[in-house]
Amino acid sequence: MTPAGKCQPDHVSPLQQTHSTATPTGPQTQMDHFPSHWGKPRQDNVDPYSPMPLYSSLTPQVHPWEEPITRTLNPLVTGSSVIALKYKDGIMMAADNLASYGSLARFRDVERLYPVGEHTVVGASGDMSDFHYIKHVLDSLMIKETYIDDGHVLGTPHIYEYLFRVMYNHRSKFNPLWNSLVVGGVHKKEKYAYVPILLNLKHHNSNVKLRLRISCHLRFLGYINLRGTTYKSSTVATGFGAEVAQPLMRKEVEGKEDTLTEEEAIKIINTCMKVLFYMDARSLNKVSCVEKFRNFLSH
Amino acid sequence: MVLKEGEVNLGTTTMAVTFKGGVIIGADSRSTIGSFIANRVTNKLAEVHDLIYCCRSGSSADTQAVSDIVRYYLQMYTVNEKEPPSVRTAAALFRELCYTNKDNLTAGFIVAGWDRHDKGTIWNVPLGGSLHQQPFAIGGSGSTYIYGYCDATFREDMSKDECMEFMKNSISLAMSRDGSSGGCIRLAVITETGVEKIFVPGNKLQVHWEG
Repeated sequence: MTPAGKCQPDHVSPLQQTHSTATPTGPQTQMDHFPSHWGKPRQDNVDPYSPMPLYSSLTPQVHPWEEPITRTLNPLVTGSSVIALKYKDGIMMAADNLASYGSLARFRDVERLYPVGEHTVVGASGDMSDFHYIKHVLDSLMIKETYIDDGHVLGTPHIYEYLFRVMYNHRSKFNPLWNSLVVGGVHKKEKYAYVPILLNLKHHNSNVKLRLRISCHLRFLGYINLRGTTYKSSTVATGFGAEVAQPLMRKEVEGKEDTLTEEEAIKIINTCMKVLFYMDARSLNKVSCVEKFRNFLSH
Repeated sequence: MVLKEGEVNLGTTTMAVTFKGGVIIGADSRSTIGSFIANRVTNKLAEVHDLIYCCRSGSSADTQAVSDIVRYYLQMYTVNEKEPPSVRTAAALFRELCYTNKDNLTAGFIVAGWDRHDKGTIWNVPLGGSLHQQPFAIGGSGSTYIYGYCDATFREDMSKDECMEFMKNSISLAMSRDGSSGGCIRLAVITETGVEKIFVPGNKLQVHWEG
């Protein structure tokens, strides 16, 4: 028997010789010995005469719980760019007050920057309904933390990590929250510093160090997007801002984060928002700006 | 409106209104590629003859090509007939081009001008290539937001200043709501004596309820 499974006759007459080597074009007249080629006599997964569920069809039905959820794959009411930068005393973030419905400038008084606790602000671009949900999630988180009352307050890096986890988990279930988030703030961090002191001793033990506990304020600025991609930088922008405003901000800010004054930072933000209003067709000339420095929040 | 990838869109607000003595046409100045503003000071008022202008909306390439062709035909007409063409003739040429090539074009026009016989007239040639004469016409993506305002405010035989106010208000209302319209307003007043072109920068417009 040949590996193809066809039963070749041992004796081939001269007349049949050409016929048996040619590929068969007509219906299969020779026996197929392999059961896996036979096919099933009936389809058990679909019963066309079953009364339950009613109106079942011969075509296999895909149930909604087997399909991916595509509800949040089309953002409807969207916000445009958010830009932020680090300066000497803290961070500054700005976003316009527009929520577009396609090309219609639908809602022109939307606040896209959201303060979380005393020290952090979260700015969002993308779908506004998903941002609304994120705001609720952050509120419940802060309430739970306050309720525990253990003396710890969630700082900006913690909010950042938490939001990253939320976004990444949603994306892993094929149900992304269609936003690009900017998380910025100033958080207090306690560090131990070891300061060497000179002791006028006979042994000249100059390895004595004084342990000081100092608290410093660290500026934090990070970006999270709908796929869970994150990065931290001294300048951050989403959407159109990433194309248009980011190069402007990088040129002015990178290297000068510790010397940039508040006035200079405001000037940079104003220039970027002006350029965005020129070049982005989904922008508005009404803007909110937030500064976070030390323990202050000012608009 | 289906545009090819990378094609420049004249998603826009265009308008033409007849008044006592002629017509005024106007448009915003934004050209977009998706949501990127390719040109924020576009001139959408194309001259096809001395006293006949058209407003372009739709694809930048398609509208520029069609208005260039109509300008050529009207120049030939003037040479052959030894008199300026009527606005009706110009509109008919636009219609012929838009209708026969309707599968390949995304172009809407508002043709307006002055001629000796009919005085100031406006002809609207929308996407499919039909022809409609109207006392005032609005077109483009931004026009959908001002139908109510225009219907409520328009009156026949306004003075030139009333007409300009009406147009500036309507176009600025459309610009503030439509993402594809914006920039500044370009107007052209066409009367028996000639064409007066007016430029209104964006910051000189009346501020409406900003919400």
